[in-house]
Amino acid sequence: MKLVLQNLTKKFPSRNRKSKEEVVAVNDFTFEIPDGELIGLLGPSGCGKSTMLNLICGLQKPTSGKIFFGDDDVTDLPPEHRGVGLVFQNYALYPHLTVLQNITFPLENLRGEAKMTKQQMVEKATQIAGLVQIDGLLERKPSELSGGQQQRVAIARALVKMPRVLLLDEPLSNLDARLRLQTREEIKRIQRETGITTIFVTHDQDEAMSISDRIVVMKDGVLHQIGKPQDVYDDPVNLFVAKFLGTPPINVFEGFVKDGKLHIGEDIVLDVKGAADEDVWVGIRPEGFVLDENGPFSCTLSGLEVMGRDVSVVSTNEHSANPVIRSIISAENKVDLSSPTVRFALKPKKVFIFRKSTEERIRFDIG
Amino acid sequence: MDNRNSKAWLYLLPAILFLGVFMVYPLIDVFIYSFEEGYNSASQTFFGVGGYNYSYVLHDPYFLQAVKNTFILVIITVPLSTGIALLISLGLSSIKPLKDLFQTIYFLPYVTNTLAVGLVFMILFRKTPYTDGLANLFLSLFSAGPVDFIDGPYWAKMFVLCFYTVWVVMPFKILILTSALASVKQDYYNAAKIDGTPRFRVFTKITLPMISPMLFYLIITGFIGAFKAYSDAVALFGTNLNAAEMNTIVGYVYDMLYGDSGGYPSYASAAAIILFVIVLTITCINLLVSKKHVHY
Repeated sequence: MKLVLQNLTKKFPSRNRKSKEEVVAVNDFTFEIPDGELIGLLGPSGCGKSTMLNLICGLQKPTSGKIFFGDDDVTDLPPEHRGVGLVFQNYALYPHLTVLQNITFPLENLRGEAKMTKQQMVEKATQIAGLVQIDGLLERKPSELSGGQQQRVAIARALVKMPRVLLLDEPLSNLDARLRLQTREEIKRIQRETGITTIFVTHDQDEAMSISDRIVVMKDGVLHQIGKPQDVYDDPVNLFVAKFLGTPPINVFEGFVKDGKLHIGEDIVLDVKGAADEDVWVGIRPEGFVLDENGPFSCTLSGLEVMGRDVSVVSTNEHSANPVIRSIISAENKVDLSSPTVRFALKPKKVFIFRKSTEERIRFDIG
Repeated sequence: MDNRNSKAWLYLLPAILFLGVFMVYPLIDVFIYSFEEGYNSASQTFFGVGGYNYSYVLHDPYFLQAVKNTFILVIITVPLSTGIALLISLGLSSIKPLKDLFQTIYFLPYVTNTLAVGLVFMILFRKTPYTDGLANLFLSLFSAGPVDFIDGPYWAKMFVLCFYTVWVVMPFKILILTSALASVKQDYYNAAKIDGTPRFRVFTKITLPMISPMLFYLIITGFIGAFKAYSDAVALFGTNLNAAEMNTIVGYVYDMLYGDSGGYPSYASAAAIILFVIVLTITCINLLVSKKHVHY
């Protein structure tokens, strides 16, 4: 099912009685999600991600704008008629019901033609339980399950009605690191097998990058960028998106462009043909540094972090916006620790420049 | 280890001392009294040990009347007050404007003196040479009555007693139930809403099980409280409850000790032990039932 949002806006009345100012949780959102894709809705806490989800599933009404599932306008439909499945952040499994009863709960509400017999419900629930691999746990209560198992039950309950759209609210935030890795693969697998258009909300860019077909980066209710994870990473539209994606995070420096050359302090680090002279933020991905004795960019070396395959060179520079600069180089390179300074050459594709005032990306020709 | 043990006992001492003197010792004493036949409180002597006190109490028509009254009171008021309290708390938790005001109003009877409330009820229900009372005024609208609720027929008096008891115990139950309802997470309701669960099913399948521990707590304490009823009857019908046929078991115990026909601590003790056995039995039944129906 294709999902289309058109100029979707949600405003909340201000809590403070004195100021009439409204809180805009979602601001003029327009995008289209193709059928059967897994979309990661990514943004820092409080940016309106959960409100987005509530708007799509119908728990909240938008102030303006429209939502389409396929060709149906569902903007004014109540949640039960939209055909959505929602997995809550804390799973919201009914603690007094067994796993089986939890999964069949949505089916028991079906009326009219869709009404199912007890037998059919159990069959359907068992089938879904098989899909999420909890077949052996059907008679247990949620309190007797681990976090990962509860998560699966919650997904099963959301899937059992075969929703047109599946929504997951921070699905992995209550799991430990190892389980998180495992579960995100699992979510990807389940989504592939069912082919249901799925949106999941997260503030963890790693999570979003690793399993999404497409990511939507938002901040303060505003859509910043939408695209394939690698494309968004390689080609961010502004400083926020560049900073939000990637671990270790991008290194940001104060610099300026003069005569088609990018300066960071004294150093002329890169040719940036086509960029006008102005003050800029320079973002350099950790993998954008190359150790080079004659490289144009010099930093003060403060140490090495060896991570097996890679070595992370930690250095400082007075023009850096972060306290330290992390650059990742292959472990085969030898770093001269006796020298107080380290010199880098830069990979042009891994260097982004942004206008100082608006933080918008400035494009330049890669020579 | 010894040192820690003695310290623990030291901390427990105040509680043990008070509970021992004012609860455990009297309990044992009551038990002993109940088997001492012909006890004389002036000379503190008795003739023998046996079950005569119990036999006397169980054959006393006043006691049988008190048991009947108490049971009627319990069976009517506990389900009624809990049910109405649940309805009111459901209403309270679903309204937004003036919620605090209504909560306060519903809680007022809890902080009002029982005897003062009893007086108000007497004005509502009592027939005097000048007026038939507010209740009869209301009845006359349906061209019924007038009924003397205070000195009249048994059922009328029982109605007033039940009405009064329900009214008095309600605020506490509403308080407990509104907070229990508020503690049910909104996520459960949202999940049910997305699945299109009808309202009634949400209530029976989600709300009720979620608040069932509190509900059973209220039913158990409600039973115990209703079995101990006494002051309510006094407030409505005065101290001579036997004459009014409105005595309760606790009232009977009191009368046997200090009433006009009093001075029989042995009979009072026997009646108290019988009450204790009744309450214990009912509570055990309650707990057994609740184990089956209360989740987690």
